[in-house]
This record gives sequence, structure tokens and C-alpha cells, in this order.
Amino acid sequence: MEFAELIKTPRADNVVLHRPFYLAVEGTLCLTGHHLIFSSRRQDNAEELWLLHSNIDSIEKRFVGSLGTIIIKCKDLRIIQLDIPGMEECLNIASSIEALSTLDSVTLMYPFFYRPMFEIVEDGWRSFLPDQEFELLSSVTDEWRLSCINKEFSVCPSYPPVVVVPKSIDDEALRKVAMFRYGSRFPVLSYYHKKNGMVMMRSSQPLTGTNGRRCKEDEKLINATLRPGKRGYIIDTRSLNVAQQARAKGGGFEQEAHYPQWRRIHKCIERFNILQESLIKLVEACNDQSHNMDRWLSKLEASNWLTHIKEILTAACLAAQCIDREGASVLVHGTEGTDSTLQVTSLAQIILDPRCRTIRGFESLVVREWLQAGHPFQQRCAQSAYSNSKQKWEAPVFLLFLDCVWQILRQFPCSFEFNEQFLIMLFEHAYASQFGTFLGNNENERSKLKLPQKTMSLWSWVNRSEELSKFQNPLFEANSLVIWPSVAPQSLQLWEGVFLRWNRPSKFLDEAHEEMINIIKYNKELQAKVNALRRQLAEMETDDRMQENL
Amino acid sequence: VENVRLLDRLSSRKAALGTLYLTATHVIFVENVSETRKETWVLHSQISSIEKQATTATGCPLLIRCKNFQVIQLVIPQERDCHDVYISLIRLARPVKYEELYCFSFNPKLDKEEREQGWKLVDLNEEYNRMGIPNNYWQISDINRDYGVCDSYPTELYVPKSATAHIIVGSSKFRSRRRFPALSYYCKDNNASICRSSQPLSGFSARCLEDEQMLQAIRKANPGSDFIYVVDTRPKLNAMANRAAGKGYENEDNYSNIKFQFIGIENIHVMRSSLQKMLEVCELKSPSMSDFLWGLENSGWLKHIKAIMDAGIFIAKAVAEEGVSVLVHCSDGWDRTAQVCSVASLLLDPYYRTMKGFMVLVEKDWVSFGHKFNHRYGNLDGDPKEISPVMDQFIECVWQLMEQFPCAFEFNERFLIHIQHHIYSCQFGNFLCNSQKERRELKIQERTYSLWAHLWKNRANYLNPLYRSDHGQTQGTLRPQMAPCNFLYKFWSGMYNRFEKGLHPRQSVTDYLMAVKEETQQLEEELEVLGERLANLQKSQLNDDKVKSKQQDRSKQLGLSTSDNSLANTPQEYSNDLKSFPSRSPSQGDEEDSALILTQDNLKSSDPDLSANSDQESGVEDLSCRSPSGGGCLPSEDSGKDSDEAVYLAV
Repeated sequence: MEFAELIKTPRADNVVLHRPFYLAVEGTLCLTGHHLIFSSRRQDNAEELWLLHSNIDSIEKRFVGSLGTIIIKCKDLRIIQLDIPGMEECLNIASSIEALSTLDSVTLMYPFFYRPMFEIVEDGWRSFLPDQEFELLSSVTDEWRLSCINKEFSVCPSYPPVVVVPKSIDDEALRKVAMFRYGSRFPVLSYYHKKNGMVMMRSSQPLTGTNGRRCKEDEKLINATLRPGKRGYIIDTRSLNVAQQARAKGGGFEQEAHYPQWRRIHKCIERFNILQESLIKLVEACNDQSHNMDRWLSKLEASNWLTHIKEILTAACLAAQCIDREGASVLVHGTEGTDSTLQVTSLAQIILDPRCRTIRGFESLVVREWLQAGHPFQQRCAQSAYSNSKQKWEAPVFLLFLDCVWQILRQFPCSFEFNEQFLIMLFEHAYASQFGTFLGNNENERSKLKLPQKTMSLWSWVNRSEELSKFQNPLFEANSLVIWPSVAPQSLQLWEGVFLRWNRPSKFLDEAHEEMINIIKYNKELQAKVNALRRQLAEMETDDRMQENL
Repeated sequence: VENVRLLDRLSSRKAALGTLYLTATHVIFVENVSETRKETWVLHSQISSIEKQATTATGCPLLIRCKNFQVIQLVIPQERDCHDVYISLIRLARPVKYEELYCFSFNPKLDKEEREQGWKLVDLNEEYNRMGIPNNYWQISDINRDYGVCDSYPTELYVPKSATAHIIVGSSKFRSRRRFPALSYYCKDNNASICRSSQPLSGFSARCLEDEQMLQAIRKANPGSDFIYVVDTRPKLNAMANRAAGKGYENEDNYSNIKFQFIGIENIHVMRSSLQKMLEVCELKSPSMSDFLWGLENSGWLKHIKAIMDAGIFIAKAVAEEGVSVLVHCSDGWDRTAQVCSVASLLLDPYYRTMKGFMVLVEKDWVSFGHKFNHRYGNLDGDPKEISPVMDQFIECVWQLMEQFPCAFEFNERFLIHIQHHIYSCQFGNFLCNSQKERRELKIQERTYSLWAHLWKNRANYLNPLYRSDHGQTQGTLRPQMAPCNFLYKFWSGMYNRFEKGLHPRQSVTDYLMAVKEETQQLEEELEVLGERLANLQKSQLNDDKVKSKQQDRSKQLGLSTSDNSLANTPQEYSNDLKSFPSRSPSQGDEEDSALILTQDNLKSSDPDLSANSDQESGVEDLSCRSPSGGGCLPSEDSGKDSDEAVYLAV
């Protein structure tokens, strides 16, 4: 298919762009296969706005006489308005945008056409390979092995080709366990806590069904992670009620009788459309422009967004607490093990492992616990808060995870190497990007699409010093300790950087951030100068002494 | 009383066993743990309510709520002891005479001269001079020198030049409690001013020629504008109800060239119950997100804060942008009027956003104009219906502005919290009584100390590291977003959950930056010293061996430049240097140490309750956090542990 077929009017002049907190600008609108480009050539402030079609969540059109107006709502929550003279032009442009922003085929997406303008220092597709991760692990313990059982994605379609499992369990047993777990997602290692050797594993629900099926190999596998005489915790991210209901559909949970060494805790984390509706309501409340805003707090409450944040953080803290404080191993799962499970396992690692609070470590965490672990990004991030279509698979699972990370970052502003901008950048790229990293729903699909060969990795772009400098937290001081966030309502806040980003003037906050950077930069410069001078003085003094001695 | 348990609000498992002491001024709880013997001090004047709960098997629980939002739960083993403590506290927390208050016994070991200096720190005449007054339009009036016209006004007032004594007296007779229009703020640049008064006694139809002339005089004092705004900060309904009592508001038909405006800030009773509702939400044990947000919304607290801000913004805009003078009043003109005038001044004039300027502002709009501190904050036992968090709301408005304009204020959040604390503490004389007249009669300045001097001495603790007097954000009028912007007003957990450290960010950006700035300053000094030493050394070397071969020189320079580079790339070495900084050069170190002891001494004697809840400590704690190797972060981990465990496990 040629994009040109979809673009009946590639260019319109005298278009007026409206954005909150900016003066309206007149300019030229161009449509290309992947971008909407608005450029104004006013002498005093020439500017260009490039918008990826895939970033467009919904589009509305209105007419007053022959003047058409298009309102574009983006997945990054921005809203812009374009006034286009000429009814036909406006209709053409609107229908082109609609078609181009809802392309069915992945291979038509921009990452397959994007050619980077920067020099590639490091291929991001090869930055975080499982073998390297495993090397780190095997330097501290030899109880685990890399299994290539899923090499052709033949055992579990949503798992990566290699996974880490207990050494004592052979591939044959794994195959049997896979039969006993939903979507074949058998328990694999998620995190090893060096401090006390405790581990966190993740899986999907066991297929016990109504008649209480059991699987010896499954029991053996998860018991293999326990020290002699020790107990472990299973954190089920569903309420007991939901878990019980799952049995009717063939799913279920681990029975105490068959897993006597494990204590099961149910933590209710919502999924799918409940989360999606929560996001829609929250963004609606944030965008409410009516002057009677005194119900703001109840609208915020009604969205339940912060309730979800609190639930997810609480479950993650609980998992971390079991590992670090109780000295117990933990298995986390919900139903599929691709959503709430990953929220819990990845946040627990942020709390426990200082490495995950560095830029590189966090990227590695996203790769391991989200991309390789098979979070279906393409399904979940297909639409954002402004979508009208009621599809079943969208859910802001990853955004909730990023929001939780931001909450911890806010409570420990000096313990993270990255800043808020880094998290916002990941949110944007998960929903619309020129890079292939977040395309596809799992490694299997990514390998079929040949993404590493045909597209550029987000990490290739981010991990260059020019970009990194934007994402570094000037306050960072390595903190090797476990950080325990507060989950009390007073401690959790709306993430303004994402949800109010386009509805509030940020000038004064930006200035404050800049001032902060300057204070620290100046301090570092002075330190360098003082040290240089000290060195110089010391040398001169020794010279002096030597001469005197001569 | 021994074997008393102090309960932790968040987890009932964590209780400290210790001994309770009652002194003439404080309740003191000392933990039994021998290494720390952690102390909790509470001033009697901070106690807002004491509740004796039903005796349980473990003892008799006593709940003490404080005006600075601390909540203390004690369990006393013997019912009889508990009753005695209860009775004593009830008496001690409600003094009937000013002489019983802490400030009359508090002695920070300053001599008489220092005390006098302290009281002179804030001088209102100087402040009006700073505004450019007296001038062609405004003059000082001594008409109230013996409080003969209005006993709740100060002796020195600024009025329009054209307002004769006859007009002033006439106008005062037509205003509630004779609080006639007087100058609060004057804008040099365009002659626009903010004046304040109480409501007119207009009833349904009464008028007063002198009052009309008074408003006319205010308008004429601003030749650039042909009208003035009259802002009634009350809801219209309240103002109308007042007419039945012979009071009310200005009729636009009777006053020439005024534009009349209602703002709609609720009265002290609504505010008192709003705070009460919000505090109930803060006190909930492990509330859900919904409980909290619903409770906060229902309390209406943030709505009230926004109403006050909106009024301030309206006035600031009239003065700065339209160049129009404003007369502000409510009923008596000492609560809402004080809030609104001071918020507007703060928005208009960068000076009030400095530490000194803020003290001046409070002294001007609150203390001198007769805000009834004693009644509003219940310093002496009195009518509970008079109590209302009027000043607390103003302080919160300032905090909300600080959140929106992080570089615009010279002081930080701690400064505001400490001022709030001392409004209730009665440790300093500034906020005693209901008016200047009462304070003079009590000879406050001779018998007590000034809070401003105390804060000023410790000003290093109160600085906002992001403030720079030459920063763009610092200049001119602040223009906050108007509606719709409710989301800009946030719950202030730093104030209302002040004593629950577990809820707050564990690392403070402010403290971190302050530590960095302090270090920067030391580095600057050191750089200078090193530079001098280097220059001297070079000079002497030059004198010593001018004949040195050029080649040697060059090699030396090369060597230097490489060493420079290598240093810049090894941050490890800096952290070693870092440790040596606090007690740097021995000569200065001594001075610093003694200074430190002095301040600590002061803190112990003057601010026991503040230091006990570690506002100072946290600064130190975070300082040690800076060195990566130091175990300074441990407290955060430990404190996080127990309290949070309960929260996470609550299924």
C-alpha cells in the first residue's frame, strides 16, 4: 500500500494552530506517511511541530461556515487544535489522519521507515542480553541455570528463548510444569537478593480447575527455591474471590495442602478495562476547563487512579518486605502473569536493588521484566485516554508502573540516577515511537518481525551522552540501601508531569529545576578547581623543598 | 508518672515505654531506652484538647491533640494517675492570665540590650518609608495616639493627605469598632494603594458624608485612576444579613466613583469546622485513597484556601495592572481583611518574599492592625467560638505560592512551619494579646523576647536554596494561574501531618541543596586562600630562581594540566575531601564549633519541642546522607521499616 493513496490533500496553507498557554500561530500544514508537520515561518518565531500519526489517539472535526477545525488528541495526552480554511481540505486532512493513525499492519509503522540521523555508538538491541544478566547472577550463586527450552518459542509463546530456572529442575520437568500453568508461563527467576540469597519468581496461575488438579513437578520446582526448613510466600495479585472464580475456567491457585511450605497472600490489583476507564476518567478530570472546578478532588477520587497506584505499590512493598525483612522467597502471579505480576516484580526490584535505580539498571529492568517477560505492549498501548473505540486489550499497565516509580522517586529524590523526564520519555515511546523497542507483544513476535534487523532500538538513541544528560538527576548520590516508600494517601500524589503536563504553565518549575542544576554544577566546578589548586600547591611545595635540599 | 506508654499512631505494636513529667510549662515524655532516652516535649500552650478514653486492660489511655497538629496517645497504667494528669493538664493548658504564659518565664539568656535590639528588628515606620511614604498624597496621622479613636488600631496610621481629622473621626463613627480606612500597602510605581477598614454601619439606608469623603480622599491620592475598588471579602448573603443589624456594605449610589465587589470568603466559624474536618481525615488510621480524597474534598479546606488566594490575586491585579486603588474590608476587618491584604502584598512586592520582608508583612497586616491573636489561637482560656485558623490559612497560602513559584521566596517551608508553631507556643511576645494597646499595657517588649530576632539569628536554617535575588521569578508581581486551577492547590502534609515523618519524602531536596550551597561557600573561601598562597609561592619562586631554564617550566606546566584532568575525572577523591569540610581549617573551625554549640544551646532552651521533633535533626541527618559511604541513611530505612510493615500487611 502506498501512503500517498491515503493523502488526498498533502498540504494546506493559512492553518492556525492553537495550544494551551501559547498564542495561536498561523502556518502551513503538511501530511506525510507518518507525520503531521506544522510549520510557521513568522520572522520572529519560526517553529515546527512534528507529530507522529501513531501518537494520535482520536480526532474530532467541526465546521463554522467554510472554516474547518480539527481537534487532535494525542496518546501523550496533549490536545491541539488546527483551524483549516476550506471545507474540502479540512475533510481530506481529517480522513487522512484518521486512516494513517489507525494502520492495521505493524510493518507499516514508522520504526520500519525511520533512519537515524545520529551516529550509533552501541546497538541497543544487544545492550541487555540474558547471558550477560546470567553471568552477574552466576558470580554470586550456582543454584540457577539458563535453560534454552524455549529456543523456538515452542514451549511458551510469550517467554523469551532463554529463561533462568533452578539448577535441580531439568527441561523435561519444565515441560510438564508448563502444561500446568496458564499460557505455559512456568515459574522463572525474576530477582535474586544478594544480601540474603532469597529470590523472587514469577509465573501465571496454576491450572488447578474445580477438581483441584496438582502437578508434582510444579511443586518440586517452586520448592527447589526454598532453603531447607524455610517457608516462602506466594503473592497472588488477585483477590481471593477472583482467584476462586478462576477455577471455574480451568485456572486457580496453589492449594495449601499441596504447597505446605508456602503461605499465600492475596492482593487485589485491577486489570484491563477497569484501568483503562480509570485513566480516561482521570484525564477527563485533569482536562476539565469549566470554571466551576470545586469538585476536582472528588473527580480525582472517582477516577480511582491513585487507588490503583496505592494497591500496586503496596503489593510490591509487601513482596520486597517478605524477601528483605522476613528472609523468605516469593512467587508472584496473577492470571496470565503478564500485567499486575510484572508491576509487582519490577517495583519490588526498584525498592530492593540499588542497581535498578540507575539509568542503565532501569533500562535493563524494563527489558527483562517487561519486554522479555512478555508484557503485550502492542495490545495494551494501542490506545490511550482519548480513544472512543471500546477494545478489550488496552490498559495503562506500564504507565501505572512508571507512575509508581515516580512516586518512589518523589519520596527518595536523591536515590535515583534518572529524573522524571526519563520516565515521561519511556511513557511516550511505549505509546508512539520512531524506535522498534516497544513494538510487538513478546519476543516471539519481535523476532518474527525481525525488529533488531529492521528497526532502531530506543536504547541506541537514549544511551548516548547527548541524550543521557537530559535524563540525569543532578541530586543523585548512590544509595546502596533498600528504600521503603510510604503508601499512605498523604504520601501519594498525582503525577503532574504527565497528567497536567499540557494544562499548566511549567515555566516556574522548569526554572527551579534549572537553578538546581546550576547550583550543583557550580559546586562541582569549584571542587575541581580547589583540587587542582591543592595539587598544584603540593607540587610546588615539594619542588621548593627539593630545591632547598639541593 | 512512670511506665507510661507512648503509642505510635500508625502501628499499635510500636509503643515506647517511658516516664511522663509535668512541669510548669511542658509535658515531657522520656523513653526508657537507655542509649537514646528520646524525649518528646510539648508546651502546655500547644495543647488544644485532652481526651480521656475508656480504661482498658493495659491502662488508661489519654489522647492529647496539639495546635501544631501533633497528636499524642499515652497509656497510663493507673487510672488514678491518669485522672490526675488529665486534671492538671486541663488547668495548665488553659491559663487565665497572660502572666502564666511561657513567654514570661522563657529566658534565652540574652541581656537587656540584645532583647531591645531584637524588638527593633522590625520597624514599621521604616517599612512605610520604604514604600515611599509620607509623600505628596499620604501622611502619618497621630489621631489615634492614645487609642482614642480606635482601640484595636495602632497609634500610628497612614491616611490620605486630604483626609482631615474631622473626616477621619466622622468615618470611624460610621465603621464597625471604629476601624476607619487606613493604608496597608502603597505602590510607588503607579500610586495605587491598598487600604483596609471594617464594614460601614450602613444598615438599609444610612449614609455618612465623612465616610464618603474618606473614600473620595483615597481615590484622589491616586491621580492616575478615576475610581477605586471596594472589596467586601464576605459572601454577599452574609453581608446582606449584616444590614439588618445596622451594618452592611457600601451602596454604589452613595459613594461616587467606586466599584463594589464581593469575594465570598467564609467566616471564622466555617473555617474552624473545615479545619476540624480536615484534621479528622489526617487522623484516620490507614485510610484508603478514597476515604482521604473524599474527606479532604468534604472538609472544603482547599476551596477556602483558593477563595483567599483568588481575593489576593484580584487585588494584586487591580493595583499592578489596572493601577486602581482598593479598599478591603470584611465585618470587623481583622481576619479576612488581614489575610487578603497580606496575600495581595506578597504577590505585589518581592520584598515581602524575603525573610525580613515577611516578618515586616506579618507585623504590619496582622500584629499592628489588631488581629485578635489571643482569641483566635486560644492562648488564654476563652470562648471556643472565637478560635479559628485565620493565620494558619494565610501561612498555607504562602506555601501554596511557594509550590507554584519555587524560586521566588527567600525562605523555605520550615520557616513557615516554625512561625505557625510560635503563633500558638506563646514562647515569644509577638503574638500575645488582641491589639497593640493591650500589648503596650502589658509591657510585652520589656518582659518578653521577639520571635523575629530568634528566627533571624537562625536564618541559615530557613533559607530557600533556589532563591536568588536577581532571578527573573523573584522580580515584580507574581501572577498565579486563575481558575480553572483547583489542581494547583494541594494538601500540605508537611504541616498537617507534620509529626508523622513516615509520610514525608525521606530525602529533602531543600536540605540537600542547602548542604551543597554551604559546601560551595566553603570551597569559594578555600579557593581564595589557595589562590593567595599560590601567588605568594610563585612570587617567591620567581624571586628565587629567575634563571630557571624555560624547558623545565614547560614540562612543569604540562604536568600540571594532566594532573588537573585526572582530578576532574575521579570523583572518589572528592568524597574524601568532603569529609574534611565540616571542620576545615583549624582557626575557623573553632569559631564554627562554638557557634554551633551556641545555637544548639539556644535550641534546647528556646525550642525544645521543635528540636525534639528533629526539624533540626533532619537537616543533620540529610547532610550525612550526602557522603555515599556514611550510614546516614540508615535511620530512613529503619523508620521506614516498622511503620510501613503494618501498612503493607493490612490486607
